[in-house]
Amino acid sequence: MDMATTLANPESSGSILLAALIVLPLLGAILLAFIPKEQTAAHRGIGATISLLVFLLSIPLITGFDSSVGFQPQWAMSLDWIPSIGASFTIGLDGISLWIVVLTTFLTPLILLGAQKAIDQRVREFVISMLVLESAMIGTLVATDLLLFYLFWEMMLIPMYLLIGIWGGKNRLFATIKFVVYTVVGSLLMLVAIIYLYVKTGDSGPASFAFDRVLAVQLDHTEQMWLFAAFALAFCIKVPLFPFHTWLPDAHTEAPTAGSVVLAGILLKMGTYGLLRFAVPLFPEAMGEFSPLILVLSVIGIVYGALVAFAQQDIKKLVAYSSVSHLGFVMLGIVALNHQGLEGAILQMVNHGISTGALFLLVGIIYERRHTREMSDYGGLAASMPVFATIFVIVTLSSIGLPGTNGFAGEFLILSGAFKDALPVGMAGAGSWPMLATVSAIVATTGVVLGAIYMLSMVRRVFFGPVTHEANKRLPDMSIREHLVVGPLIALIFIIGLFPTLFTEPMRASVAPLVRDVRPIVMSVRDPNRLEKRLEAHSEAADPTVPRIATSTPE
Amino acid sequence: MEARIPHPSDLLALIVLLPLIGAFINGVFGRHMSKRAVAFFGVGSVAATFALSVVAVFRLSALPDQDFLYADLWQWFSSGEVTIELSLLLDHLSAVMLLVVTGVGGIIHIFSLGYMRDDPGFARYFSYLNLFMFSMILLILGKNLLVMFIGWEGVGLCSYLLIGFWFTDMQKAEAGQKAFITNRVGDLAFLIGTFILLFYSWGSLDFVGADGVSGLQSTAQQLANAPNGGVVITLVTLLFFVGATGKSAQIPLYVWLPDAMAGPTPVSALIHAATMVTAGVYMMARLNFMFALSETTMTVVAVIGAMTAFVAATIALVQNDIKKVLAYSTVSQIGFMVVAIGVGSFVGAIFHLMTHAFFKATLFLGSGSVIHGLHHEQDIRKMGGLKKKFPVTRWTFLIACLAIAGIPFFAGFFSKDEILFFAATAHRQGAAPLTIVYIIAALAALMTAFYMFRLYFLTFEGTYRGDKHTWDHAHEEWVMNWPLITLAFLSTVGGFLGLPHFLHAHVLDGWLEPLFGWMYSGGHEHALYVLNHDMGTELALMGVSVVVALVGVGLAWHLYMRGRLPVAPVEAGWHKLLTNKYYVDEFYDLAVIRPLRALARGLYRIVDVKIIDGIFVRGSAQLVSKIGDGLRVLQNGDVQAYATAIVVGLAAVLLLVGALK
Repeated sequence: MDMATTLANPESSGSILLAALIVLPLLGAILLAFIPKEQTAAHRGIGATISLLVFLLSIPLITGFDSSVGFQPQWAMSLDWIPSIGASFTIGLDGISLWIVVLTTFLTPLILLGAQKAIDQRVREFVISMLVLESAMIGTLVATDLLLFYLFWEMMLIPMYLLIGIWGGKNRLFATIKFVVYTVVGSLLMLVAIIYLYVKTGDSGPASFAFDRVLAVQLDHTEQMWLFAAFALAFCIKVPLFPFHTWLPDAHTEAPTAGSVVLAGILLKMGTYGLLRFAVPLFPEAMGEFSPLILVLSVIGIVYGALVAFAQQDIKKLVAYSSVSHLGFVMLGIVALNHQGLEGAILQMVNHGISTGALFLLVGIIYERRHTREMSDYGGLAASMPVFATIFVIVTLSSIGLPGTNGFAGEFLILSGAFKDALPVGMAGAGSWPMLATVSAIVATTGVVLGAIYMLSMVRRVFFGPVTHEANKRLPDMSIREHLVVGPLIALIFIIGLFPTLFTEPMRASVAPLVRDVRPIVMSVRDPNRLEKRLEAHSEAADPTVPRIATSTPE
Repeated sequence: MEARIPHPSDLLALIVLLPLIGAFINGVFGRHMSKRAVAFFGVGSVAATFALSVVAVFRLSALPDQDFLYADLWQWFSSGEVTIELSLLLDHLSAVMLLVVTGVGGIIHIFSLGYMRDDPGFARYFSYLNLFMFSMILLILGKNLLVMFIGWEGVGLCSYLLIGFWFTDMQKAEAGQKAFITNRVGDLAFLIGTFILLFYSWGSLDFVGADGVSGLQSTAQQLANAPNGGVVITLVTLLFFVGATGKSAQIPLYVWLPDAMAGPTPVSALIHAATMVTAGVYMMARLNFMFALSETTMTVVAVIGAMTAFVAATIALVQNDIKKVLAYSTVSQIGFMVVAIGVGSFVGAIFHLMTHAFFKATLFLGSGSVIHGLHHEQDIRKMGGLKKKFPVTRWTFLIACLAIAGIPFFAGFFSKDEILFFAATAHRQGAAPLTIVYIIAALAALMTAFYMFRLYFLTFEGTYRGDKHTWDHAHEEWVMNWPLITLAFLSTVGGFLGLPHFLHAHVLDGWLEPLFGWMYSGGHEHALYVLNHDMGTELALMGVSVVVALVGVGLAWHLYMRGRLPVAPVEAGWHKLLTNKYYVDEFYDLAVIRPLRALARGLYRIVDVKIIDGIFVRGSAQLVSKIGDGLRVLQNGDVQAYATAIVVGLAAVLLLVGALK
């Protein structure tokens, strides 16, 4: 069964739950616009209430999710939007988007709560930006119409631009311009590619932006290559994949805590999500051709990000570069394109949102007290803020993937996926792909050591040793509000770490078509020498009761 | 393969859980609790776990020979064909480890009550120590490689936290970090080995399958019969060995252990001597069916073990810090256990692991008693004559010295002798002759006897060399004496669990038969030899060992008791080389740490800032702005003109696209 038929036509009627998640924050934003801006308490209160409501509304997505349904969107809904050009408001949720949507609705109230003290200027505009951003992010994740997707994709840009540009640090203008230019360059090419695909759907009936129609389009090799490149560039900049990453550290250091959390927590995942949702299934052959390049860049990203993080003096910049390294792992899982790799990649997107989100929140907590992010301005904080130090160390352990925390669950799945394509020892006639996959998997695993080096060095310089600055001697430890902001994230670190299967289970059926239908095409391109026999032995469909190891030489 | 029948037992979950609960209570509420309450939860949880462990082991011993206990908690990973259960396994091997760890661990918890009494971080200390017990028990009881790995990294974390326990001292914090990162290098190899095994075992990492037959053991057998499978086995076992060199402080990753002495002394006794550092040996014994299949790996293991035993012993000869001597002695003694693995004496490895836990814990706690009584003095040049002030410590310390030196009938004599016996006869396998391993190990044993008695004489005999005030306040305490007496007792009698083979009364050998017995039944040549050898060889080798031990002790007595050598000899030549530990730390600093730092800085300053940002980003930005200057005429602020431009532009794009297809 190919994917176009698996992906049934979205019904014209359907659940309004997803639509409510998109519309509610927008309504809230409009409501806030009518409340005088002096009433900051009201703005905060309404913002918190609405974001909390959105989170509560998203819980049925988890409880009611049908894990057995494959690529078909759940809670689907379709409305006419611009019928004249075949664009519709079509949305739906599957196992790939489920957890990132929930992560979005989960993080937004925490971010608003966390910004209670830090944002004291233009509160109304801040809350409105956050709500609009939430709406746009959810929209991006659930849109199954390419034009709608693009609309939401660009819609994320504006509030993010404002978040950094208004509430950011000293060099915020430079950072915003860099951020916007980088992103816009990528997405314009994607727009062109979307329009091209749109025109192509005209070959079989009225032209449409609907994803299932686009999926059915027949593309030749050259078309695939160009279109993939256009999509992938937009997504890889967002990820960010090395060497498109230099906007990220600037954006992070200049952004207020709220901006950093939302950027690291969710926005970056739009890149990896987009690749998985659109670029890979639409252009499998091109994915095969580009895999070696993407694989190499991902692995460089893992090592390079970690090494450059090690060279930082600014805590926030260090965490920003660590994101480059972590997202490299996610990309590695996507390129592996098997169950472990893909499920690990999606899980790691969520994990990174939680751990790095928590790290930025924690950095914000000491920044509010000392107004500096330089490691040399700290030292010995474990003595003055013991609870804060403990929590920081826990999040650090999650970030460096200690077993039992979420970080390990994601890394383990990704790496076991990456090692599956690796060179089976002694198998003759293997192409260059297994060799490359082997080297990449091994180099990627060294990220485990490098992560420990830069994170623990940072922890040591900030928290251990004697207190060298008078100002650090009597810092207040975490307040109740701060506990409320970080607490849920800490709980999730352990819940995901101990019960990752709860989270990967709903992904399985949605990932399966990619493994079953897309992977063989990708593999046939990237490893043409692969013997049919070996392909069978490694593919997911093979019978696990048959030992993988041949006990006699094949004839 | 004979089927081994698994029996479910919830007791195992409780054994693991209790210390975790203790850690949680003391970690979260400890700061607001009285010391008495902290002690109750901290020591009580471990005592209860020990009691339950004894019950569980009794239950195990009541089962038919090959059977084992297990507990499946929940499915941890399930993705594609990879399924990993979070499950526990108590078989005859984990039983030995469990008793040693909970027993010695419990004793050291009690000792800590006295040692840490006045420390403001009392609750934090017990929280970490309980967390360590939890991780270590998980490591031991893990039913598959991945559960073992949780414990494996968990003990590393606790080691990090406890070495840097007094974190306001930057040097101690650095020592903790060094330990964690060096261990992670080993863990990297462990992980890669795991991923390769995962591929060949169809996504299961169980040591023993649910049916008692399948699992990694059958994977190993299949690999052995497959073309090129031998290469895979050698590769995987070497990777796991690298993992072991990290945790068990062997060449080349041993450098973290001496620095780890920065932690409180009971921690050194528990984690960095008796239990955690032997995890690598335990892991290799667990994977014995795989290690034994690769002659290459076994030879590498034996040689590295012997080298480590020798090198560390030479460094221990000249150290003046009481804990540093013991630290290098630990590295050296684990080297003996690694030799045992390498020469196929898995029983010997576990045997020595056990006796070492007894006598090394005695030695460390004894040093702790002295350090505590002398207001944190650790330099043996400022000690001497302490037997008057520390009578109990002195006698127990002396017993442990006799045990480690290999004086007949003390624990270390039997276990070390078993290893030396295997090493000396191992070449009969028809593989690489391992006589050289025997000779190196025997020399290391000679040095062991020497440096241990140098330590004993300089500390407890002769006359006191420190300041009078400290002497006047020197004392020992009963809360610390009882643990010492218990451990010294075990160091005395522990060896009788493994009497020489010719007596056919090797209790441990019989107990571990379900694990390692396949070597006899599988017709492993050397194992058969051990069963049927003539008693003359064993007696002769034993004689050599006794002479070696006596010469070492005698030399120390001659040089230090009779004052032939000054307490602190001149630092020159070979002595300087040894005092500075062969400059290995300096070498790693130059060869690894500095280049890494320079590389990180270079990548940031040159690649990120100059090349990517400077040339590409700024360059293209300037290009765009040049073009923008040219196009400025179009930007006249007329909204209608803009709208027209957008419509025209979009139409053009659509037309262009239409034309292309």
